This record gives sequence, structure tokens and C-alpha cells, in this order.
Amino acid sequence: MTALLRNTWRGLTSMRTALVLLFLLALAALPGALLPQRSLNAGKVDEFIAGNGWWGRLLDRMEFFNVYGSVWFSAVYLLLFVSLVGCLTPRTFEYLTSLRAKPVLTPRNLARLPHHESGETDRDPDEVMTAARQRLKGWRLEVREEDDGARSVSAERGYLRETGNLIFHFAMLGLIVALALGKMFNYEGQVVVLANGSEFCNSGTFAYDTFTPGLRVDGTDLDEFCLKVDDFTAHYLPSGAADYYRADLRYQAGEDLTSNTWRDYPLEVNHPLRVEGDRVYLLGNGYAPVFSVTFPNGEKRTGTTQWRTVDNLTNLAEGATKFDPPGVRDPGERRKKQLAVTGLFAPTAVAHNGALTSGYPDLNDPAVAINVLRGDLGNESGRGQSIYTIDQSMVESGRLKQVAEANLRPGQELTLDDGTVIHFDGVQRWVYLQVSHDPAQVWVLGFAIALVLGLVTSLVVKRRRLWVRATPARTDDPDGRTVVLLGGLARTDQAGYGEEFRRFAEELLAELAPDGGDDDPVHLDVTAGRKT
Amino acid sequence: MPVNETFSTYSDWTYGAAVAVYVLAMVFSLAELAFGRRAKAPARELVGAGAPVEESTGESTEAPAEDEPPSRGGRAERFGRMAISLIVLGALLHLSALLLRGIATERVPWGNMYEFGATLSLAAVITWLVLLRRFPIRRLSVWLLLPVIVLMFLGGLVLYTTAAPVQPALQSYWLAIHVFAIALGSGMVLVPGVVSVLYLVKTYRPQWATKLPDAQVLDQVAYRTTVFAFPIYTAGVIFGAIWAESAWGRFWGWDPKETVAFVAWIVYAAYLHSRATAGWRGGRAAVINIVGFAAMIFNLFFINLVVAGLHSYANG
Repeated sequence: MTALLRNTWRGLTSMRTALVLLFLLALAALPGALLPQRSLNAGKVDEFIAGNGWWGRLLDRMEFFNVYGSVWFSAVYLLLFVSLVGCLTPRTFEYLTSLRAKPVLTPRNLARLPHHESGETDRDPDEVMTAARQRLKGWRLEVREEDDGARSVSAERGYLRETGNLIFHFAMLGLIVALALGKMFNYEGQVVVLANGSEFCNSGTFAYDTFTPGLRVDGTDLDEFCLKVDDFTAHYLPSGAADYYRADLRYQAGEDLTSNTWRDYPLEVNHPLRVEGDRVYLLGNGYAPVFSVTFPNGEKRTGTTQWRTVDNLTNLAEGATKFDPPGVRDPGERRKKQLAVTGLFAPTAVAHNGALTSGYPDLNDPAVAINVLRGDLGNESGRGQSIYTIDQSMVESGRLKQVAEANLRPGQELTLDDGTVIHFDGVQRWVYLQVSHDPAQVWVLGFAIALVLGLVTSLVVKRRRLWVRATPARTDDPDGRTVVLLGGLARTDQAGYGEEFRRFAEELLAELAPDGGDDDPVHLDVTAGRKT
Repeated sequence: MPVNETFSTYSDWTYGAAVAVYVLAMVFSLAELAFGRRAKAPARELVGAGAPVEESTGESTEAPAEDEPPSRGGRAERFGRMAISLIVLGALLHLSALLLRGIATERVPWGNMYEFGATLSLAAVITWLVLLRRFPIRRLSVWLLLPVIVLMFLGGLVLYTTAAPVQPALQSYWLAIHVFAIALGSGMVLVPGVVSVLYLVKTYRPQWATKLPDAQVLDQVAYRTTVFAFPIYTAGVIFGAIWAESAWGRFWGWDPKETVAFVAWIVYAAYLHSRATAGWRGGRAAVINIVGFAAMIFNLFFINLVVAGLHSYANG
């Protein structure tokens, strides 16, 4: 049993397994780029499933439309996480031990190393050691006495490589943990606000059009702040491409809420408002035509409802502005007299085969082409309905009937058969705001920076060893000189050490040469088996 | 916002000239291959000694052609040098095309797919020129120029976009930082992608590859370029996340482009790990590198043009 556990652990933490898991992760992530995802566009997912029959339903059941929350994707990255921990733990201990370890013994035969050079000098071995140590500043050193009065120094440097490597991997672990924490405590909500001084308060999920809470967020206890959208400015190029958007906000948060102080903020794309741990983004905009309805009894109601943009190039919009008749108490009666003004809005009106369309996204010549319907809007049917459309089933069942249609410019009006007057007052803009909250994202950023720094360190720093051995001349040889041997070994898969080693060896041997080196002290320059 | 049409026209001309010069360089490079002799053994002597392979590179810069008899080697040598001079000239034209675009639009010249492709291929060419100084790989220039020219042709004919300002979401200094880092990283990994293919040919079909340098050299070129490009690409992805946080409301949202960037990153991470794993270095590592580059190309073309996402800036 223990053996089985041990073998499983070993298998899981081996580099080979890590490699296979990395590939599985890459493979598992891919469907998310190719298939529509619920989190990005739920409508597209439904379309895809409807269009592909049993095949789409099978993919749905296997969580292919929610890849990054699926069991199989989670399984792969959790296994990878465990494998990473299992690989890092022993390496960390090894690393800590190596921090105190002395450089390894000088090999007996330095000439066998991939880098080696040799020379002779009149100095004695201790002097050679002193000279070598002076040149090996920054290296970890160990001078040892050997047999026959020889001295050798072992030097090693580049420990930062392993440091960087460990930082990279731990930063990766930290990043994954921070991401998970973010998923617990984040929330994201979207809301449309009219740019006419309308107010939005982050006081609960009801204030939003859509709200996506993290796993541990129930929508209560949101960070309290309020904002008003006073104005919206858009600038377009002659081609119709957008060039600039700005929403002029006033906001209050924290103490400002009690003192009722408002602060200005020009909200632009790429410049979110950061307040109270939340961020407010300008994600979109559009038009809201304003209609005033004067009912036969003389009462007047004004409706301003956002219409949704159907063409992003020309900002042609469609929508439905709905009215309840005033002063009608009886619900049955009211359901016969509700009004809906539906149709198209064009910021720059162009007639296309007699139909209204838009020629430019900006408000140059606004116009609406409207259908007016009267009857039961179906508000009390219990079904939710879109603010952009009328309930078609009400039209089909005959409870909602078209009573008039017209093309209007601002200031123009239309009179219905019962004397109701529908006046097109003009147009206001709305902005689509997103409020995001993720307390862990600053941690993610911190770990990401550590990850890059660790990565660069581990790829740039070279771990390398260098040895110098000085063997004294034999005592029976009066002309004998001290023999200096150097060896070098790069411990990592990195080129370029040969150059550094050769320079070091040449400089050291030149310094040791009897008279400043007017004859070349390097007898043998052998690098990687090649004679030069 | 004004676009200086004179400069943008000059930019288009220099772009075309750069492609023409690259094509000419490819012809000369082919001539070098045709007249050059087979790569001889010297490259093989450089490695070995049972040591880590690393020292085979720094010292082995002499081109094999220099060991050859002057009569034929001389001619090949001349063609080779001319090819390199032409590549340098092409790169200068290429660079001026980008500069002129930048001046014409008063922004960084990598704001749409055409410009991104141009920046990416320039990064690949410059990477190649730098590598030529350190590795005996001049004869491979034709294989590098081929994808560069294809990319630039596609860019100029299919993806071409008239010089114009960018949309509000792109008006950020992160456009300069994030997109440049990604273009640089992607351009650099084009080189190991190509070289890894050659490595596989050299290793498994040596009879087709008598004129290629030693497999060890190819492996080193691929590895060292990837090692350099990987942190740049990593930083580019992180810059993208920082930008997404301020532009889209979240730093990571599994947008298709983000997803495939992540996939490519994982594949390159696997490449680096495979080199440290017995039984995976060599051929398998080369295959992983090619897969990584394929993911980058897939991300550039398929994701931008076929899959819709937040990164769809192909049209300007």
C-alpha cells in the first residue's frame, strides 16, 4: 500500500508527467477558443446547441460550453498543481542545503573537463591561490590543500539561476491561488444609465441589469458608492469609426456619502473609475428617444427608454417605449389601453427604399420610424420581458394591436384615433457601465511580476564551476616551475561560458607569468576538444 | 484625426520594396545553396567530448564554407554574402515602412493586423541577422525568408488596411507596450519554428539535408532563440492582462485570443521542460517547438479572422 502511494506520488511528480499534464492543459483549454462559451455569450451557446441537435446537447452535457469551469479542465490543472508542489518541495530543500554547501572537490584530472587550460609560473602555489582568489570575486570559493604541497581552489557561481527558477514556479503557484481567491470574492455587474443626470447606486444586485457574483458573494454587502451620469460625448471620424468616448460622472463613496459631496470624474475607455475597491468601466453607449404622450384626458407622460444599437457602424437602434394610461385604476381596463412605441431610431436619417436607416453614428439628423401599439403589453402575464421589444405573443393573440405608424423628426407628433398625441421630443444618450470587484487581482499582478522576474533570472544566469590547481615543482628539479591547471564546467544548457573561462584563464596566467607575459604563458588552449 | 497621406503612400512603397529585396535575397541565398558544397565534418568536431553541448556554439562561428576550396566555395561565399547584404537592405526598407506608417498616423505602427504582421516579420528578420553573427547558419537564410515573404505578401494583399487612427479601446500606451512585446516575441519564435523543422529533416532524413549545418547547431539556435523570446512573450501576455483590466473590466476573460495565447505559452513552457527531461530532448523537443509556433500562427490568423472576439481588430 505504501509502495503504491509512493509510486503514485513519484509518478505524479516526475517531469514526464508534468509534461504530459502541460499538454493536456493546453489541449483542454483549446475548445474554449473554438466553441461559444456561456460566460462570454450565452445567446451564441443556445444558438449553437439548437443548430447542432444531439451533438450540441452532448457537448453541453460534457461542459464544452463552460470549459474553464468544467470538471475535466479543473482536474487537469489541479493535477498539475499537485505535480508542481511535489516537484518544488524537494527542490526547495535541496536548494536550501546547497546554499550552505561548499563548492565540490577539485577533480583529479582537470584536462578532462570541457574547458581547460594550463600554464607555468615561478610563483609558489599559495601565491597562485591568492591571485586566483582575487580574480574570483563574487564566486563561492573553497581553497583546499592537496597531496605533494599542491593547492586547489573550487569556485562556483550562478546560484541565482535556481533561485529564479524556484521564484518562477512559486509565483505560478501563488498566481493560481490568487486567481482562485478572486473567483470566490469577485463580482461583476452591468447597468445601463441614461446620461441625463440619472443616478446609479451600488447598493444591491437589484440595481443592475445583469450581475455575476463570485462563489462566496451573495449580492448583499456590496461596496457602497453612487454615481450620476451627467453627459456623454462621442466623436466619430468621417468614415464613421469611433474616435473618442467620454461619460461625465459625479460620484460619491465613503465619507462623501454622509456629507453628500459629489466628485467629478471623466470616464473614458481605458480609464476606469477606481473607487472603494470597485472599478467602473465605460463599456458601451447608445440612444434613448424621448416620447411624450398626451392622453385624451389631457394628462401627459414622458418616456425615455434606452433602445439597443443594432448596427455598430451607424448606431441604428431599435426598441420599445412603453406607457401605462394614467388615471385608470381597473387593471382590466388598463390592460386595454397600454401603449407601446416601437420601431427604429436613426441618429443620421437616411431613406433606403422608403425605409428609415442610419447613415452615420453621430446625432446629425435624428429620426424615428415608429409603430404604435395599444392593448395589453403583457406586463402582468408573469413572464419576464425584454425592455427592447414587445411581447409578440400578445400581438399574436390579438390583445395588442397596431394602431398607427409614422416617421417622425424631433418636434413632430402623431395623433391616434382616440385623440392620444404622441410627440417625439428628442433623444438622450445612455451609457453601458460595468462595475467590477476583485480583491485578489493586485495579488495576481504581484505574482505575475515575480513570475517574469524569476523566469528571466533563471534563463539568463548561468550556473558554472571553475577550478584552479597549482602543483609545485618537484624539489629535485632546480629549474622547475609551478604548474597551473584550470578547468571549467557549465552546469546548465547555456552557451557562452567558454568565452568567459578562456578570458579568466588568460588573464590569470598572464598575471602569473614571470615578466608580465612577453612570452605566451598559455601552452595549451584546448576548448571542447578543438585545438586553436 | 489627420492621416498624412504622403507618408502613408511612401510607407506602402517601402513595404513593397522590402518584399522585393527579400525575394532577391532569397534568390541569392538559393544560389549559395546551389553552388555551395555539402557541409563538412567540422561542425561535428565541435561537439562531443561527452560534455554538455553548450560549448559547441560560442566558438563555432566560422561558416563551413570557409574550409572549402576557394574556386567553388568562393562563388557560394560571394552569393551568401550578397544575400545577407540584401537582407540587411530589406530590413532597413522594412523598418522605414513601419516608421513612415507611424509618422503618417501619429501613433505606433502596430494598430491593425497588417501592421502587426509587418512588425512581427521585421522582428523575425532582425532576430535572424543577430543569430547569423553567432551561428554558422547563413545557408539557412532561404528557409527563414520563405515564411517572412509569405507573411508579408499575405499582409500586403489580403490584410492591407489604409492608414487610420485606432478606435477608443486601442487608444492607450499599452498599445505600444503590449502589442510590441507580442509582435517581438512572435517574430522571434518564427526562427526556432523554422529551424526546428530543419532539425527534424536533418535528423530523420539526413540524405535530404546534406547542406544543412549539424543538427546540434540547429538545436542550439532553436533553443537559445526560444529562451530569449519566451520571457518577452510572457511579459507581453501579462501586459495584455494589465491592459485588459483597464479596458475591458477584467484582466483575464478567456477571450479566444487570450485562450490560444495561453495555449501557446503552455506549449513553449513544455518545450523548455522537455529539454531538461531525458528522452524528450532532440526530436521531441523540436516537435514541441513547431507545435508552439503553429499555435502562434493559428492565433494570428484563425482566431483573428474566423473566430470573433474582443481582439478582432483586423479591419482597423
